[in-house]
Amino acid sequence: MTIVTVRRISQALFLGLFLWFCIVSSLGREWWQLRGWPVNWLLQIDPLIALGTMLTTRVLYSGLLWAMVMVVLTILLGRFFCGWVCPFGSLHHFIGFLGRRRRPAHDRITLNQYHPGQCIKYYLLIFLLAAAAGSSIAQLVRVTHGHSMIVSISVIAVLAVLAVIAILRFISNPRRAIGILLVVVGIWMGLGSFLPLDRMNAASLQIGLLDPIALVYRSVNLVLLPVVDAGIHKLSTIQRYYEGAWLIGAIFLAAVFLNLRIPRFYCRFLCPLGALLGVLGRFALWRMGKTRDECTACKLCDADCEGACQPSGEIRINECVLCMNCRSSCKEGLVDYQTSPSASGEITSPDISRRGFVIALISGISAIPVLRLSGEAGPNWHPEVIRPPGALPEEGFLARCLRCGQCMRICPTNIIHPAGIKGGLEALWTPTLNFRVGTSGCQLNCIACGQICPSAALRPMSLDEKLGRKDYATTGPIRLGTAFVDRGRCLPWAMDRPCIVCQENCPTSPKAIFTRKQFTTVRGGVLLVKRADALRVEFEGNPLEPGQFATGDYYCTVGIETDDHRRRIVENSGNTLAIAPSWPWQSPPPRGSFVRIQVHLQLPFVDPKLCTGCGICEHECPVRVKRAIRVTPENESRSRERSLLLPLAGQRQ
Amino acid sequence: MRRELRDESMNRREFLLRTAKAGAGVAATCFLAYWLYDGTPPGPLQEQDELVMLPDFSMPGLGPKMSIVTGGDRIQTVNRALKAIGGIEAFIKPGDRVLLKVNAAFATPPILSATTNPQLAAEVAHLCFKAGAASVVVTDNPINDPESCFNLTGIAEAARSVGARVFLPTEDSFEPTTVKDATLIRGWPLLYSPFVGINKVIGIAPVKDHHRSGASMTMKNWYGLLGGRRNIFHQDIHNAIKELAMMVTPTLVILDATTAMMTNGPTGGSLADLKRTNTMIASTDQVAADAFGATLLGKTVAQLPYISKAEASGVGTADYASLNPIRESTG
Repeated sequence: MTIVTVRRISQALFLGLFLWFCIVSSLGREWWQLRGWPVNWLLQIDPLIALGTMLTTRVLYSGLLWAMVMVVLTILLGRFFCGWVCPFGSLHHFIGFLGRRRRPAHDRITLNQYHPGQCIKYYLLIFLLAAAAGSSIAQLVRVTHGHSMIVSISVIAVLAVLAVIAILRFISNPRRAIGILLVVVGIWMGLGSFLPLDRMNAASLQIGLLDPIALVYRSVNLVLLPVVDAGIHKLSTIQRYYEGAWLIGAIFLAAVFLNLRIPRFYCRFLCPLGALLGVLGRFALWRMGKTRDECTACKLCDADCEGACQPSGEIRINECVLCMNCRSSCKEGLVDYQTSPSASGEITSPDISRRGFVIALISGISAIPVLRLSGEAGPNWHPEVIRPPGALPEEGFLARCLRCGQCMRICPTNIIHPAGIKGGLEALWTPTLNFRVGTSGCQLNCIACGQICPSAALRPMSLDEKLGRKDYATTGPIRLGTAFVDRGRCLPWAMDRPCIVCQENCPTSPKAIFTRKQFTTVRGGVLLVKRADALRVEFEGNPLEPGQFATGDYYCTVGIETDDHRRRIVENSGNTLAIAPSWPWQSPPPRGSFVRIQVHLQLPFVDPKLCTGCGICEHECPVRVKRAIRVTPENESRSRERSLLLPLAGQRQ
Repeated sequence: MRRELRDESMNRREFLLRTAKAGAGVAATCFLAYWLYDGTPPGPLQEQDELVMLPDFSMPGLGPKMSIVTGGDRIQTVNRALKAIGGIEAFIKPGDRVLLKVNAAFATPPILSATTNPQLAAEVAHLCFKAGAASVVVTDNPINDPESCFNLTGIAEAARSVGARVFLPTEDSFEPTTVKDATLIRGWPLLYSPFVGINKVIGIAPVKDHHRSGASMTMKNWYGLLGGRRNIFHQDIHNAIKELAMMVTPTLVILDATTAMMTNGPTGGSLADLKRTNTMIASTDQVAADAFGATLLGKTVAQLPYISKAEASGVGTADYASLNPIRESTG
C-alpha cells in the first residue's frame, strides 16, 4: 500500500467523519442522533478558529485546545491538515481529480503550476486576523498603563526585541532598522499615552466567513442537508428553511466547481487556514523534496501536485499540502518526504510584499470600526435581530461567533437562521431567530443551541438558568425579547373575530399573554324585531346568514347594553335566532324594538414582566404573512441597552 | 566524495537549526495554550463592579437653612435669598471648586422658562467667584443635543461671561454609580467627569409642571446627571426622583420661581404656559425647597409622592415651615 493510498483513506475517513457529524447533529431518540458525538471536533482542531478567538477574547476556550495539537503537529510535519484531514480540501481534491483525470500530462502540469495569485490567501489571513486583533492591539498599546514598572518594562523589552528581529529580517541595513524601530516605539508610546485606542478600536471574529471548516459546516448544515432531506425526511419531519441560504449555497458551489478550472482553487487562492498552516509548517522537520538535484526534468511530479508548489524545481514549502502525489509519480523515485530540504532548493516564505502586508493589516484593523459606523450593533439595532438564548452581549458574541451554523442545524424547531445583512455586514450569517418558519417558537425546555456552540458565543447554560428556577429564581428566566400585539392586524382587536391562539400557546406559567373581555356589537347587528317569545326572536326581512351567530361567541341584548341583559345565541336562521334555554326572556322584546347582536371578544395583552420572547405566539398567530403578534429584542436578558422595564418592586435587591 | 560529505554536514546543521526553531514553536504553542486556556464559558450579564459615588457636598455643622424672597428681579432676589441664609461666603470658601447643576434640558430660549435662567446661573457663578471659588463649572446632561441646549438657553454664554466653565457631556463623561440603599439607580451611568475635583455643588432649577411626576423642581433637576437609557425610570418616577435626591447631597439648592411653568410642562413652549410667581428660594434642604415650590404650582405635597418618599429616606423635610424660612421681599 503506497503512501498515496494511505492519504486517500485518511481523506475519506475524515470526510466521512465530517458528514457523519453533520448527520447526527439532530435531536431524537435514535442511537445515531446526538448522543455525545463530538460533532464540533473538526471545528475544534482548526487552528485558525483557535487563533481568531484568542485574538478577540484573549482566551483559548475549552475544546479549542484541540487546535493546539494540530498546531504542534503542523510545526513538526507541515501542512498535512490540508491534504489529509480537511473535509473541504478533500472535496476539492476529488472534484479537481475528476476534472482533470482524462487530460494529458502536459495539460495537468500547466494546471498545477504555481500562480502568483496564490499569495491572496495570505493577505486574506492577515486581513481577517487584523480584524480580530483590533481590541487586543489596543490593549497591547496601553499595556504599560495601570501595571507595575516591571511588567511594563518587560513587555516593552520583549516587544522591542521582536520588533528588531522583524525589522532586521525585512531590511538588512541595521542603522535604518534601528531608526524605524525608534519611530515605531515613539508612535506606540504616543498612541498609548494620548489616545484611548481601546475605545476607538473594535474587533470581531470574521474568520468564519472564509475558514474552510466553518464554511463547509455552514454549507452542509444549511444547504446540502435541507435539500437532500427534503425528499427523504430522515433528519427532520418538515422541510428545513434557512433565510438567505442561496448565498451560502452559491458560494459553496462556486468553490466546488472552480476546481474544474483550477484544481483546489479555494485551497490555493483563498483559504486563510491553509495560509496559516503554510506559515506554521515553515520549519517542519520533514518536508517534500527531491533527493537529487539532477533529474530527467520530466515534470511528472508537477502533474498531480495538489498544492501547486512545484516539486520539480524550487519547492514552495508553504504551498505544499503533503498530498505525496509527486513522490508516487516520480519514475526515478527522486522525490521523498525527508528531513533534508529539496536538493533543488526550496522557498519557505510566502510570496507577499511588504506593501501588501501593510495594506491588508491596516484595512483589517480599520474594517470593524468602519463597519460599526452603521450602528447596527449599537443604537441602530434592527428589530428583527433576535439572538438565540444564551447569546453573549453583542460585542462578546461577535468576538466568538464562527458562523458555522451548528446552532441552526441543531435547533429542533428550525427557528435559528443565518442573519443576512440586517444585523450589519459584520454580523453576516450569525444566528438570529425567525419565528415565522419552523415548527414552533423557542422551546421552553430546550438548551441545544448553547450546548452545541463550539465557541460559547451562545454560552452553554442549564435548564434551570434558562427557566429561572432554583439558583436563578431571583434573576428570572432568560428573555430573548418581548412580544407586542399589533392591534391593527389582530383578529379580535381589529376584526371582531374571536381568536387568542397566542394566549392559548403562551408557554409560561402564569401566561404572559392575558386577555380582557369585551362585547362588541357586530357590523349590521342592530335588528328590528317582528315577533318574539321567551326563547326565539324573529326579525323583519331576511338579514342573517343561517348559523352565522350560532358559534357560541354571539350574544344578543335588548335595549340598554349591560351584562345582565346579554343572552347567548344558540341558533339562527335567515330571520330568526334562538337564545340559550337556561335564561329565557321574562318579557320577550316587543315588535318594533331593536335587538343588538354582540360578539364576545377576548383581547390579548402581553405582560412584559412574564414574556420571555420565545416567539411561540408569533409562530402560531393565524395572521400568517405579517403576524399580528411579533417579538422584537426589547428587554432581552443579555443587553442593558435594550432593557425595557425597571425591575419589579418585589425583585429589587 | 568530499563535496557530498560537506553537503551532509551542511544538511545536518540546517536540520538541527530547523529542529531548534520548530521546537521553539512547539514550546511557544504549549505555553500559549497553557496561559490562555479557559474551560469555563462566560457567565450571564454582570453588574459592573467598578462604581463611583458622589460625596456629601453639604456644609458640615451648618444645619438646615432656607429663605424665600419675593420680587421680580432675579439678581436682586437671589442676592437677598443667599444673604438671608448667611451669605454665599457661608457656603463657598476661598479655593473651592464649585459645580452648578443647571436645568438645560431643552434647546429653547430662556423666555420660555423651560430651563434655568441664564442671568441667574451667571449671577450665582459670579457670587461664587466673589467668595473666592477657584473654579466654577456649569453642567447638565440635557435631553436635546447638549451643544444646542446650552447655546439656545443662553446658559453657555452667560456662564462664560463671568468666567465659569461649561461642561458639555460626551460619551466618556459617564461612570457607573450605585446609590446607597437604592433599588433603581444601581450600576447606572452618572455624569461623573465634571465632578472630579469638585467640593461644592449648587443646584439651580426652575419651577415647572411635569406631567408624569407632577412637578419638576430641585430634586427632579438631578435627573440631568444620569446617562444611559434613563427614561425607563419614568416607569417609577417618584422612587427615581427620591433616589436622585439620595444620590446628590448638595451644598445648597436655588429654586427659581420668578416665572413658574404652570401647564404643558416640562417643555412649555408658549408664554401662555407661564405665570409670574415672583419668588426665589435658597435652601440647604432640597425636599423643603420642593415642598414650598409645590405650593406655587397650586399643588400639595400629597400630590407629589416623591416629596414624602424623599423625606422618609431622610433626605430632608417636607415640612418647610419647620425650618423657619426667612421671608423677605425686594419690594
